[in-house]
Amino acid sequence: MFMENVFLALREIRRNALRSFLTILGIVVGVSAVITLVTLGRGATAQVTREISSMGSNQLHIRPGQGFHGPGGSRSTADKFTIDDAEAVSTHISGIEAVAPNSNQATQAIKGNLNWSTTVTGTTNGFLQVRDWELHSGREFTNTELRAGKAVCILGATVCKELFGAQNPIGSWIRLEKLSCQVIGVLKTKGQSSFGHDQDDMVLIPIAAFQRRIAGNTDVDAIFVSVRSADAIDPVKSSLERLFRDRRRIGEGKEDDFNVRDTRELIQALTGTTRVMTTLLGAVAAISLLVGGIGIMNIMLVSVTERTREIGIRLAIGALEKEVLIQFLVEAVAISCFGGVVGIFTGLVASIAGAKVLHLPFVLNFGIVGYAFLFSAAVGVIFGYFPARKAAQLNPIDALRHE
Amino acid sequence: MKENHPDNPLLELKAVTKVYGRGAAAMPALKGIDLAIFRGEFVAIMGTSGSGKSTCMNILGCLDVPTDGKYIFQDMSVGGLSRDQRALVRRHFLGFVFQGFNLLNRTSALENVELPLIYRGVRPGERRKRAREALAAVNLSGWEAHTPGELSGGQQQRVAIARAIVSHPEVLLADEPTGNLDSATSRDVMNLLQRFNRENGITIVMVTHEPEMAEYAGRRIHFTDGLIDNGLMKRGR
Repeated sequence: MFMENVFLALREIRRNALRSFLTILGIVVGVSAVITLVTLGRGATAQVTREISSMGSNQLHIRPGQGFHGPGGSRSTADKFTIDDAEAVSTHISGIEAVAPNSNQATQAIKGNLNWSTTVTGTTNGFLQVRDWELHSGREFTNTELRAGKAVCILGATVCKELFGAQNPIGSWIRLEKLSCQVIGVLKTKGQSSFGHDQDDMVLIPIAAFQRRIAGNTDVDAIFVSVRSADAIDPVKSSLERLFRDRRRIGEGKEDDFNVRDTRELIQALTGTTRVMTTLLGAVAAISLLVGGIGIMNIMLVSVTERTREIGIRLAIGALEKEVLIQFLVEAVAISCFGGVVGIFTGLVASIAGAKVLHLPFVLNFGIVGYAFLFSAAVGVIFGYFPARKAAQLNPIDALRHE
Repeated sequence: MKENHPDNPLLELKAVTKVYGRGAAAMPALKGIDLAIFRGEFVAIMGTSGSGKSTCMNILGCLDVPTDGKYIFQDMSVGGLSRDQRALVRRHFLGFVFQGFNLLNRTSALENVELPLIYRGVRPGERRKRAREALAAVNLSGWEAHTPGELSGGQQQRVAIARAIVSHPEVLLADEPTGNLDSATSRDVMNLLQRFNRENGITIVMVTHEPEMAEYAGRRIHFTDGLIDNGLMKRGR
């Protein structure tokens, strides 16, 4: 009996080819929208995760102030760190690989008549280690340069290209606003980060030079630490917290006025955002699937009206209510499942194309494919039920008289 | 269900009334009918339109229930049955032939005849065989693949008769079976019904307003204004 219903349903669908096609199209659009948007959203999440890890793994960021401010951070009223804090980290904490004090400021880099807006970062050689930078040419800072705060700089690839083009910049002089400094090295390129900013667009100078000649104070905005292994992150994190509570004289029971974050948390915070976006986009797409379901209901109601006489004949011959109900329900579910299968296919094709255009990784998620299919089948059952019940509850005498 | 005692009627209406509507708008269609039909009979129900003969037919066909009174089918009271239980009675014991043929359009003659067997759960191979036999019995061998649109009115009605008898029902209920047919094809249809009644022993109850067609029946019952005129319990051939 069930196979008969499937066969009947398929025949009915084929008989009204155009009508069925349009109804199926509604489901196809809904299912493929869900799959495309969710897949691209997952791709974006994967991209963010990958890029944060490319910043350097096993990193800890220590910043003054409470809470987490995301990339770029925000100014806090809490006391700034000093270069002594960074040194204390490297002398007192075990299990760490490198420490980098870090202060940034937007600036103009000038060479001759060329002018480029960039960011100048005051730091130490530790920065290269912590952030996984490699030199393309030239050398790192020497200890003397670091200690004396000499006016030397290492250029990011973008700055080098803008100011020097194809020339070799090593040994040349550039100006960072009023500070004249000699180029001693160029970094290898890393490219765009997922936050849309060019990681290669920066100039590194010794932190002492930054403090004295650019910022005019002794502050350090943040301290970056890289840890030898992932296992060491938690112990290092707690010893850092103890060290800074001690150095900043925070009494028992008082809250920290600084925070220590690892890249894991950064990833969580950022992927949290993209995940919310993915969910919202998926929900919008699900609404279009709902509209597709209303299309099914509409066409099934038309079908029931058109086939009133047929229903009357079936009831008169001895069909049970349940049997008529199932016949029409199977038809609705067949339409929605067919739309689901085609929608999965087009959704995956659209996701692959979209991922290519948006330079996102294509993350195939079988879970969402399965859910999309089940959801489309459920749409068929839910929106097919009312018309099917209407058919099943017809009075056979009236249905037979129906013209 | 076992066969009822041969002395008991196969179908029996006892003081059956049927009222459509309620209160002031109430419209009685049957005003107390007593009727007994025995196994193997061929009964014609006659009357003008509005006399209650169609209502009576719907009740006999378990498509409708009496407002009051009793309908006993094979010693079983139909009044207390649910909608689905009545559907099962129709499925297993009744066959229908309608004035308007009521075949499924765009569906072949063979599949139309198979339909009652599908609901009876007969396997596809067996179903096809029995449907072919039924079509042969109404002289429509070779027309199996034709859809109703490709058949004449008389042929369509013969397909409908094949559909009614394919499940070997106890009773065949025919509602104006010749109403849409010319007199020559009407006679063909009536001859077929008469043959099934005589040779296969199928009990037939037929509604008609044409006295000529009623002549084929063994007994005629006249309805006037919701009541039976004559023929009360009169048996005969």
